[in-house]
Formats: sequence, C-alpha cells, structure tokens
Amino acid sequence: MSEEEDIILSELPDDELVPQMQDDLYDGLDEEVVEGVNILLERGWMPYDVLTKALVGGMTVVGNDFRDGILFVPEVLMAAKAMKAGMAILKPLLADTGAPRMGKMVIGTVKGDIHDIGQNLVTMMMEGAGFEVMNIGINNSAEEYIAALEEFDADILGMSALLTTTMPYMKTVIEELAAQGKRDKYIVMVGGAPLNEEFGTAIGADSYCRDAAVAVEVAKDLISQR
Amino acid sequence: MSNALSRMLETREWLLADGATGTNLFNMGLSSGDAPELWNVDEPANIKKLYSGAVNAGSDLFLTNTFGGNASRLKLHNAENRVRELNIAGAEIGREVADACDREIIVAGSVGPTGEIMEPMGTLSFDGAVEMFHEQAEALKDGGVDVLWVETISAPEEFKAAAKAFAMADMPWCGTMSFDTAGRTMMGVTSADMAALVEKLDNPPVAYGANCGVGASDLLRTALGFVASGTERPLIAKGNAGIPKYHDGHIHYDGTPELMADYACLARDCGVAIIGGCCGTMPEHLSSMREALETRPKGDRPTLEEITAKLGGFSSASDGTGDDVAPTRTRRRRRG
Repeated sequence: MSEEEDIILSELPDDELVPQMQDDLYDGLDEEVVEGVNILLERGWMPYDVLTKALVGGMTVVGNDFRDGILFVPEVLMAAKAMKAGMAILKPLLADTGAPRMGKMVIGTVKGDIHDIGQNLVTMMMEGAGFEVMNIGINNSAEEYIAALEEFDADILGMSALLTTTMPYMKTVIEELAAQGKRDKYIVMVGGAPLNEEFGTAIGADSYCRDAAVAVEVAKDLISQR
Repeated sequence: MSNALSRMLETREWLLADGATGTNLFNMGLSSGDAPELWNVDEPANIKKLYSGAVNAGSDLFLTNTFGGNASRLKLHNAENRVRELNIAGAEIGREVADACDREIIVAGSVGPTGEIMEPMGTLSFDGAVEMFHEQAEALKDGGVDVLWVETISAPEEFKAAAKAFAMADMPWCGTMSFDTAGRTMMGVTSADMAALVEKLDNPPVAYGANCGVGASDLLRTALGFVASGTERPLIAKGNAGIPKYHDGHIHYDGTPELMADYACLARDCGVAIIGGCCGTMPEHLSSMREALETRPKGDRPTLEEITAKLGGFSSASDGTGDDVAPTRTRRRRRG
C-alpha cells in the first residue's frame, strides 16, 4: 500500500473524513483518529455526533469483524487503543454538552480470573455507545461487586470470566445479590469465552452476551425496557 | 534427547493422556474462584486422588495440578511468593502416584498462561514472561516431573517465552495452544501458524498440539491442520468433553464417554500420538477412550465430513488455513 498517496485529513470533506476515520480506527491508528476528532470539532460538530458517527461507527465494524472471525484480539486491542485516544478528547466535552445518558454499568472479572481483555473491550464499546462504565478490574468477590454497584449507583452489573473454573462464581454473586434483596435493582449481564446462553439462563443472569458488540445492543434493549 | 516421554513414544503408536483438572477438583469440593494449586499443600489427598483417577482409568501420562502456578496467576490469591513451594508439591505428589504404578507413567508439569497480554499490546515483556515461566519450570523439575507441558496458550510470543524458559531449565517439553476463536487462538494463530512456529524454535518441543478450545470436532480440524504442515513431530490432542452446561450448582460437560471414545479413535486416525481430554473429561471418559483405542482397529485419516458426522459440527465455517481463508475486508486507501 506504500505507493498510494498520503491522505491529508484536514483536506477531506466531512463525508469522506468520517469513513476515513472509521478506517483509521479499524487500523488502530490513534494519532490519526485524534486528528480526525479535532478536525470535526473545529468544523463545529457536536461531540456526541463525533462519537456516534465516526468512532462508534468504526468500532461497530471492528466488533462485527471480530465476531465473524476476520479480526482477532491483537487488532481489536489496537483499535480500542485508538478509540480510547479519541474518547479522551470527547469525554469532558460530552459531559459539558449534555449528551444523552444511556445508563451506568459496573464491570469486572470474577474472583480467581485475571483475564480482562473481554471486559475492557466491553467497557470501550459501552462508553462509545454513551454508557458510563466503572471498570473494577480483575478478581472481584461478591462483596466487591455489590459495593461498587452501590457506590456508582449503577443500573447494570457486567461479569466476565475466561475460565471454566471461575465462571460458576457468577452464580455466587447473583445469589448474594438476591440474599441481600438487591437482585431486582440491577440488570445482570454475563460474558466470556466458555459461557453460553444456557449457562446465563441457568445462573439467573438477565442476559448472556457473546461479544462486546452484542453487549451494547443488549444493554440498550434492557435499559429501554425498564 | 533421551527422556521418558520420547522413549515411550518410540515404542507406542499412541499414548493416553489425562482429562480435566478443574472439573475433577470441583467435584471434590474446590470452590469456584479459589486457586486449585493451593490444594497441592492444603489438600494433598485430593490431588493424589485426582492423579490416581487418571492413572487407574488407563492414562499413560498425566499433568500436574500446577496450571495456574506462575507468579502472575498466584498473585490473585496473594500467593505469588509460593510459586516454588506449590509447584514442587504438585510435582512430588505426581511422582509418588506414577512411581507406585506397575506400568510406566509420565508425569508432565503443567504450565498455563500468565493471563497477561504481552507487549506491545499489553504490559508483559518477553523477558518478564520468560522469568515467570523459568521460576515455575525449575520448581517442577526439582519436584521430579519427566517433562514440562505448557498449555492453553493463545499468543505466539508467550509460547516462545515458555520455550526459552524450558531451555534455561534444561528440560524436555510439550506445548499446546487453545484454538477457541473461529478455529484460531484468541490472538489469531492458525494451526498452520503454530506448526511453523514450533519448527523455528531453537529447542523445539517433543510433541505439540491443541487443548481445550471449543469442542471435539474443532480440535480435530486443528489436528488435521498440523498434519497438513507435513510435520514429523508427535502431535497432541486434548479436547473438552463437549460444551459446558450448568446443572444443580456446578458445571457439567455434555460430552459422553461414548463420544470421547469416538473422538480418541478419530484423533489417532488423524495421526495424533498423544490423546487426552481437557475440561469435563472424567475418569469414566478416559476408560472409555482407552478401551476404544485398544479394541478398535486404526482407520484411514478421516475427512472433515467424517469428523462432523461423528462428533458434531464445527463452531465456524473456516479455521483460516489452506484455500479456505476467512473473508478479508475490502479496504479503502490507507495513509502513508
């Protein structure tokens, strides 16, 4: 591709710049994504439109290609990094300009599970879709999840596990919520490589999400049903 | 290099490896989220029972209860300073069980992934990974394992780091990756990629292959991918006993002993030398696999159609190898 001409982002009209930014996001080019975000803002775009039309649009393609086995984790991590760079500019502006609030989520991997790639992707995609997310990292006990839900005044609990040895702990957390009479306060979403729909249902989660793109769709649906 | 595993492979067409560790330990009362490795010291009788379960069911080789025994994983349980102790204990119990058996049994020291993402995407450096694997390798060696066995790896760099650490420990080794994402590892490695990677190592493994992943069908498609590379090296297949389901408070795998027997024979017919199970594979599955391998005659190498007819469909249409590559996205211009 090296023989192709360089593209000057600032010379592109909006309708070419947005798809180009989506491509740059797809390719994990964080500097170009930041440049694109700044150009659109200078042209008077609302921060929320920059987010949804350019960044989320690009991440949706990434999510779909990940789901379809075209992209794998390394490429998705690079794209997420570029997304994060763009979000860093938009985040304070979004708060100031009264962008629509989608809901609040607490997410973390369960006790004993260190694998947080999946939940980091979900965090990125959820933030991209306008949710506020408190990512409490790895190795969380039921008590830690519940404390975070209350502190953050969350609507959604997201739990992630990569190991078949740790996934049953999701049930423990849901049972603890129920025991404290708090189960109905929260939407519980679960995900991770070894899980499936049937498992999600069996442990009493509201939804199993096979990937980050699905998680966003499900969260929107469940929030709107509340 | 002369070692117990290589010698056994020279005299046998196939070896039966072991099955699940976690699934068996949960049935003995391990709580979800707790570190199984702590039981090497706290509940040694259960670990002995775990190993004996495989040996009594006919396994020629079993893996030690040390999968999460690296500093990065043990840190979750505030046990990162107990790597040496827990690995030696897990290996010594293994040695004891193997030496008490009237057949020769290979003790393989299990080494699982660090759980960290390696540079440049993540924070773990290559040298950092080597250091962690080396610490564990030396302890397993001192505990008396015959061979080191890195498993469930998805990143090529992490596989290379383990290989380097095992060379530093001067131990023979085996290595398997988990092909759980559209026929590739999470990091996008195909069976062909792994076959090429293995041959480029300075200290290639005694045997290599695939473990865990999605189901028995996918695992054998991966095995056929290794075979297609023309490798002369012994291959390993350790597939899950079906798909995890949740029943009455614990995880149950839906693969029957009969299915795993079919899988074992198909694996042998594919050209796999070391055949075992992974998650959900209990002693009754292993017995059934052993009996089938001993009584059913070796068949021709199965086609993909024959595999799916017996074991069920694949999780994805393609596994990214051969002419059957996944669709690539049509690109617009790229800068620079």
